[in-house]
Amino acid sequence: MGAVVEEFPKIRDGLLNPKVLKAGEGPPVVFLHGAGGLHWDGFLDDLASEFTVYAPIHPGLYDPDDIRKIDTLWDLVLYHYDLFDELGLESPAVIGHSYGGMLAAEIAATNPASVSKLVLMNPIGFWLDEHPVLDWTAMSPDALVKALFADPEGEFAKGFMQVPEDEEEFQEFTIARTWAIACTSKFTWPIPDKGLKNRIYRVSAPSLVVWGKQDALVPPEYAKEFSDRMVNAKVRTEILDGAGHMPQFEQRERVSGLVKEFLKS
Amino acid sequence: MKVSMFHLMPHRELPDDFEDRYHSVWVDPPWSELADPERVGQYYNWTLDELIHADKMGMDGICVNEHHQNAYGFMPNPNVMGSVLARSTENAALVQMGATLPTTHPPVRIAEEYAMLDCISGGRLIAGMPLGTSADANFSYGIPPIVQRERYREAHDLIVDAWTRDEVFAFNGKYTQLRYVNVWPKPIQKPHPPIWVPGGGSSSTWDFVCEKNYCYCYLSYYGNIFATKIMERFWERVEQNGLDANPYRAGFLQLVAVSETDAQAEKDYEKHIQYFFNKCMAVAPEFQAAPGYQDYKSLVTRVKQLSGGRADQMGQWKDWKFKDFVDNQYVISGGPASVVDQLKDAVKRLRVGNLMVLLHIGSMPHELTLKNIELLSKEVLPHVRDMWDDEWENHWWPEKLKTRVPAAVG
Repeated sequence: MGAVVEEFPKIRDGLLNPKVLKAGEGPPVVFLHGAGGLHWDGFLDDLASEFTVYAPIHPGLYDPDDIRKIDTLWDLVLYHYDLFDELGLESPAVIGHSYGGMLAAEIAATNPASVSKLVLMNPIGFWLDEHPVLDWTAMSPDALVKALFADPEGEFAKGFMQVPEDEEEFQEFTIARTWAIACTSKFTWPIPDKGLKNRIYRVSAPSLVVWGKQDALVPPEYAKEFSDRMVNAKVRTEILDGAGHMPQFEQRERVSGLVKEFLKS
Repeated sequence: MKVSMFHLMPHRELPDDFEDRYHSVWVDPPWSELADPERVGQYYNWTLDELIHADKMGMDGICVNEHHQNAYGFMPNPNVMGSVLARSTENAALVQMGATLPTTHPPVRIAEEYAMLDCISGGRLIAGMPLGTSADANFSYGIPPIVQRERYREAHDLIVDAWTRDEVFAFNGKYTQLRYVNVWPKPIQKPHPPIWVPGGGSSSTWDFVCEKNYCYCYLSYYGNIFATKIMERFWERVEQNGLDANPYRAGFLQLVAVSETDAQAEKDYEKHIQYFFNKCMAVAPEFQAAPGYQDYKSLVTRVKQLSGGRADQMGQWKDWKFKDFVDNQYVISGGPASVVDQLKDAVKRLRVGNLMVLLHIGSMPHELTLKNIELLSKEVLPHVRDMWDDEWENHWWPEKLKTRVPAAVG
């Protein structure tokens, strides 16, 4: 794969100004990141070896003003159709992780023709009283890392906890992480159940649901909720041992293999 | 200067090991383990009696506020307290600090309840318009943090329109749509009661009060030294907006505890002050400001300030004694003469015309609170009341109370 490049599509004549990271060659795949922000990682490198990966940064995280221009989840879904159009993507495969998974499902449900294949990795979007999704907006770093990783002492957990040493970089890092949660939680506060259950039946794209078995933030019990409710799609579910909420880190090889195989099938 | 008694209505008898045993004083303290409704009824009645006593003693105003799921202050609807006070007091301004705009729906509810208080009290209402804290609005009441300020602005516009427009009108907001706005009653005070905006030092709130020409009240529990820099920046912002430096543009909340002598003050108040800071201020860090509670500009400012050492501010009082709290002016305390000196210094330095004093602190029993109110009213206020009045007029005070001489002092 080649280098990661940045693109700056103008949505609605520049009303919204997102940034999109792009790498690789091959059929297009859109990756929608989670609530903590976009970090180009090894999993995206793996995808870029066979696909053209488009990873848009969610509204507001790049240009702070953009978040004020999208009022509702409905507006946010329509914004993504505009974004796909600007990027010249017609019915791409869409992968969504966590918050991005909820978005991907909403996009595929609202207009089923807009998504050719759907991959949901530990998505949010539903609520079960007996398995509450933890409140990621109000967790201490220690509690968060325990919820996110199968091995809270492992290298990925340590990497997640690592903060920049340089004071200025640390400030930028803190601002970026806080603002990412601020913007994304506009559409999930205070409980990430915003009606997807009424719409998800419309998804028709072949779908892969991937879940880390040790995910304590969004427990794997939700995988069945997704597959049961996607009655008009062919759904394959993979629950991966040795992974928490970030299976693309803790089980990168497995996840990359599964996703690439699914996208090519 | 106008001096109003503020009350938080705290739990007065939290267990000694509260801060070690429980996660947070706010949002998730378990009611059934910590409180008894019969006893809490006693707290409410003590609170009301203390505020009524402040009116009798001739204090200028009495303040209540709104918090939710909070053991240090649980008046979920300040107007329930306000209605008792409106009926039971004679001379004090009713400073409602106040009903929270973004969490009251539809916001005309506040226009109605405040107007009721103004009518019942004969035009003594000061209409506090708080944005609401993150613990209250986001974590307890489910408002998405990033829209809280926008909701606030919209609710404010609706309330003021509802008070001031004579015709029935439609309100087409983003957060509230009403086909027929026509509140009954409307307030006695015209065009509307004075509006005070409480805040925690956010520059976005300063811009708002400057734009609207309202009184800004810096509500902090950390005293007047901590507040000095923040109020300096507030006054700079006022000047930049081309407004005069009328001290009555500013309110400030200060903990005050008066006794017969300095030595007696230490005996009377030390443990209650420690209770207040160690238990009542034990708010879990993650509930203090949800991501998005501060807009982007304020977030950037705060992160850069924290790196400058302010991160150590919270919790530094863990082992403080009475003297430390007074030296750092978290609390103004001592005998009357000493309190007069401390108050004068603080009020001048911060340039505050509308002073609010927290006279019931943490675990203070009822009788001691009455003593504090009485000593402040009789021994302290006569020496500080005249401040600012030779030069400035308080445009943010109920008209009918401006000339009135309160009974006990006159």
